[in-house]
Amino acid sequence: MAFVNWFKRNLVVIAGLFTLAYLLLPNLIVTVFSFNKPNGRFNYEWQQFSTDAWKDPCGVAGLCGSLSLSLQIAFWAMLGATALGTAIAFALVRYRFRARGAINSLIFLPMAMPEVVMAASLLTLFLNMGAQLGFWTVLIAHIMFCLSFVVTAVKARVLSMDPRLEQAAQDLYAGPVQTFVRVTLPIAAPGIAAGALLAFALSFDDFIITNFNAGSTVTFPMFVWGSAQRGTPVQINVVGTAMFVIAVLFVLTSMVIGSRRKRRTA
Amino acid sequence: MSTLTEAPPPLSPPAPRKRPPRKRGRWTPYWLLLPGILWLVVFFAAPMIYQASTSVQTGSLEEGYKVTWHFVTYWDALSEYWPQFLRSVAYAASATVLCLLLGYPLAYLIAFRAGRWRNLIMILVIAPFFTSFLIRTLAWKTILADGGPVVGVLNTLHVLDVTSWLGWTAGDRVLATPLAVVCGLTYNFLPFMILPLYTSLERIDGRLHEAAGDLYAKPSTVFRKVTFPLSMPGVVSGTLLTFIPATGDYVNASLLGSADTGMIGNVIQSQFLRVLDYPTAAALSFILMAAILAMVTVYIRKSGTEDLV
Repeated sequence: MAFVNWFKRNLVVIAGLFTLAYLLLPNLIVTVFSFNKPNGRFNYEWQQFSTDAWKDPCGVAGLCGSLSLSLQIAFWAMLGATALGTAIAFALVRYRFRARGAINSLIFLPMAMPEVVMAASLLTLFLNMGAQLGFWTVLIAHIMFCLSFVVTAVKARVLSMDPRLEQAAQDLYAGPVQTFVRVTLPIAAPGIAAGALLAFALSFDDFIITNFNAGSTVTFPMFVWGSAQRGTPVQINVVGTAMFVIAVLFVLTSMVIGSRRKRRTA
Repeated sequence: MSTLTEAPPPLSPPAPRKRPPRKRGRWTPYWLLLPGILWLVVFFAAPMIYQASTSVQTGSLEEGYKVTWHFVTYWDALSEYWPQFLRSVAYAASATVLCLLLGYPLAYLIAFRAGRWRNLIMILVIAPFFTSFLIRTLAWKTILADGGPVVGVLNTLHVLDVTSWLGWTAGDRVLATPLAVVCGLTYNFLPFMILPLYTSLERIDGRLHEAAGDLYAKPSTVFRKVTFPLSMPGVVSGTLLTFIPATGDYVNASLLGSADTGMIGNVIQSQFLRVLDYPTAAALSFILMAAILAMVTVYIRKSGTEDLV
């Protein structure tokens, strides 16, 4: 009876932890199988412990090339989408002008559209224009679909900003440029950073839109997709594990720095 | 949508502002908007129009296509691929319901019960975002493999007998069945459900729970009458964020399914990239878009939350 009561009281916690396990199970498998020594081309069955793949992550033809291409595209897509998106977010929050409603829906629509539809229509455009599919078409597509996410992230932050801070700066004889650089930008920075990070992650991981518009260019997700048909090398799991660990460490450090700073200012 | 990335409310609420102040420089907002909006118009809106025109064209790759207002393409596409359409909606709806059932307890746990573990759990929910989702989806192939532990346990418990009878699995296989595809879809879109749910749950004032308890409401009543209704914005945006991308997804159906579990995304992808029948492909993706927009509009009306954006 005591156990039943305990179970009832902690039902939410148990169910929640079950979901967390469901979310993390594939990551666990990816980590474990990065130490596998597969028998054939496919890395689906556990054979033998080995650190071969970790010692030689670039040992598979094309893997590191596609990885560096994906990083480059993600970097430029992040810069492009953040610059364009931040400008839009400021204009939407700070200014009154015509067609705000239309612009708001133009920004919302790409997020509410299934990726295949966007990918396919962009491909029709590129084909109609006779554009050469490759690095540039992928970059254009990535900036397009990351843009809305950046706008949303930055807008949320700018909306929660206290406009009195800027008025105070102006009362203290700061010019518009000075106010923007010394007051507005630092306060909006976390929102801009969040938007940029989101854009980077979305672009780096995007498969569907890239699949349509890359032509014969192979990004990392395209490489993984191809290898699923040809045989998945262990190195793919090494990259997957490394990305997970780097992401966790990155978020942990940024959190520690953030909480320190908060404690100092408090 | 905005719930995904919304910043936590500031400690002291900013002064109420009815309308943005008018600033010097009437043209400034337009200059700020111009590059980004131009980008969206040229690479998002214009392609949609191009696609609309492609869907009513006839011709061939060799001779080129011409607009002939050939609407029959729509009819042909629909009558040939309606099973895939139905399947997409069924799979996406199942995945959305599963995401809600699985995601709600976790979001609730993070918002109210996690205490000092909150940040860690949050990181564990978000971090998989940064690992390639294709790699993680491939991992499901290993997890659900024939003769693997998961299949073994389900077999021993005779779960697979029931699911086979329902047509969700085939014999003692899970891989290459509808169950595997729905499992993959649920997994891939779960964070899109958890994050909006968490943001809306986190905004609920804990004192409301205490008040309900003081008024002799049982915990289940508190949940039914207070917590759940207040989390409705999160439920609506979470279900939309899962359902819409899941309907168009073709990755899970390709990696975890078989020829019998193809979704409409698979058809569009192969029509565009393999068969090169552009009019049919364009018509299909237009039907998909229209169907989703119609379903979403009805859903938003019914759920009574208009301020999603």
